Amino acid sequence: MRVWNEFIKGFIKENPTFVLLLGMCPTLGTTTSAINGMSMGLAATVVLICSNAVISLLKNVIPDKVRIPGFIVVIASFVTVVDLSMQAYLPDLYETLGLFIPLIVVNCIILGRAEAFASKNGVLLSIADGLGIGLGFTMSLTILGSVREILGNGSVFGFQFIPENIDKVLLFIMPPGAFIALGFLIALVNHIKNRKAA
Amino acid sequence: MTGYILVFISAILVNNIVFAQFLGICPFLGVSNKVSTSVGMGAAVLFVMTLATTVTHILYKAVLTKLHIEFMQTVAYILVIAALVQMVEIILKKVSRPLYQALGVFLPLITTNCAVLGVAILVTQKNYELLQSVVYTIATALGFFLALVIFAGIRERLELYEIPEAMKGAPIALVTAGLLALAFMGFTGLIAVPW
Amino acid sequence: MSDKKKKLESTFLNMFVVLLAISLVSALAIGFTYTKTKPAADAIKQENFEKAIKQVVPEFDKLGEKKEVDECVLYTAYKGEEVAGTAVETVSHKGFGGDVQLLVGFDAEGKIHNTAVLSIKETPGLGSNMTNPKFKDQVNGKDPAEFKLSVKKDGGDVDAITAATISSRAFLDAVGKAVEAYKKGSN
Repeated sequence: MRVWNEFIKGFIKENPTFVLLLGMCPTLGTTTSAINGMSMGLAATVVLICSNAVISLLKNVIPDKVRIPGFIVVIASFVTVVDLSMQAYLPDLYETLGLFIPLIVVNCIILGRAEAFASKNGVLLSIADGLGIGLGFTMSLTILGSVREILGNGSVFGFQFIPENIDKVLLFIMPPGAFIALGFLIALVNHIKNRKAA
Repeated sequence: MTGYILVFISAILVNNIVFAQFLGICPFLGVSNKVSTSVGMGAAVLFVMTLATTVTHILYKAVLTKLHIEFMQTVAYILVIAALVQMVEIILKKVSRPLYQALGVFLPLITTNCAVLGVAILVTQKNYELLQSVVYTIATALGFFLALVIFAGIRERLELYEIPEAMKGAPIALVTAGLLALAFMGFTGLIAVPW
Repeated sequence: MSDKKKKLESTFLNMFVVLLAISLVSALAIGFTYTKTKPAADAIKQENFEKAIKQVVPEFDKLGEKKEVDECVLYTAYKGEEVAGTAVETVSHKGFGGDVQLLVGFDAEGKIHNTAVLSIKETPGLGSNMTNPKFKDQVNGKDPAEFKLSVKKDGGDVDAITAATISSRAFLDAVGKAVEAYKKGSN
């Protein structure tokens, strides 16, 4: 049951976006639509699961002092593999996410999980942790992407439900809208938490 | 010459790295509680970013393209940045105590600052000459500096106000950043970048 | 759950060997992926480019040599011995947060035949309006000598994309550059 607990914590209790506030750059930069946000989240999830698994396997082999450089090489390799594969098989998506794919390397969530979890736990638990945190991240990005797409473009997952000739709040697809939408979503999460505590 | 000045203004105001490109958000939100620390962080980023882009640019032109292994870019760049940050830390510690005390705490945070890696990759993608890359990088880092210091100034004042419980901390910071980004959007279309 | 085995000590030799081994394995893995994905990636790029050229130039059966003019690249298309048209690869740096790359086709008389968006490095999502035919088809069939390639707000002849004047301007800036390059290149 420990595996299940490690998996489920990423969605709410330790949600990387709304609770831990990690990985903000891709969160803000790629969530112009629900589908973009979800794709970014899934790409990061793949890297996170692989790097967590490998680092957990290598935890006793890597000397403590060169721990971080070792982790970084492992993570960077998986990022490059994902990068190259997307370029070949999902070119449109690659074009949209652009710079944020190589930048998964410096996503604090991934190095953070390697350091805080995978380097101290077994392979199975580490994979569960990576899957949970990764999907939690994906979920948050999809929510933020949906909110921005609905307000800014009147559609969700490309499905247009507000006719094109009605003006939308375009601001929400622009950079300022990203900050503002995320700010209010976190406030909402805080509000719910405070209520529960009270 | 006008080209360089235009690129300079564009990278600071029009295409500001934080507000228009969404890079370096973590330190932007994390180290902006006080103006004094934000100045330290901004200076450290300026220093490391310029150094990193110079080295990665030379590495790309002299090694990666020569050996036709451009696809190793991400791995090579992040290692260069990580090594550089370590070296700068060690050298600063030996050479200048006061400078180390001022910038030292920020240095480890810079390795995972996506702005540094992001700019190094951007410059390679845009296929700049060495001088162009350095100018672009310095301007971008100054843009980060500006964004960070303005933001810290606002947050210091925000401390004094009564804010709804749920909005405290990150939410109000993000909304403030959004309004700042809105202000910076006023600069779009201001100038045409020659390269 | 945690293992009882001791960690490798941080001696110089240990650190060196371990990091070297990790880097080697990583380089092998990446090199392998690269050789596996390269053909597919190239094929897709080539296919997209050919599709774009076919879209922007009147019917042709072979492409001539490419010619570089300033920032643009010119491809002349032939039908038999006759010139069918010219495709110009062009770029604008005025996009919102990044560059916009277009392919602009001219017919044999120098009129704009059609345009295709190659890549948009703008803030994701914003520039996608640029591919909307209602906007981009406005320049089709126009003679650049008589048609002002700027938005109405700037005194030109083109209706901008609603609430995306900057993307519209970047698009027209790129088309304008293509026109210049085409004039220079065909003399």
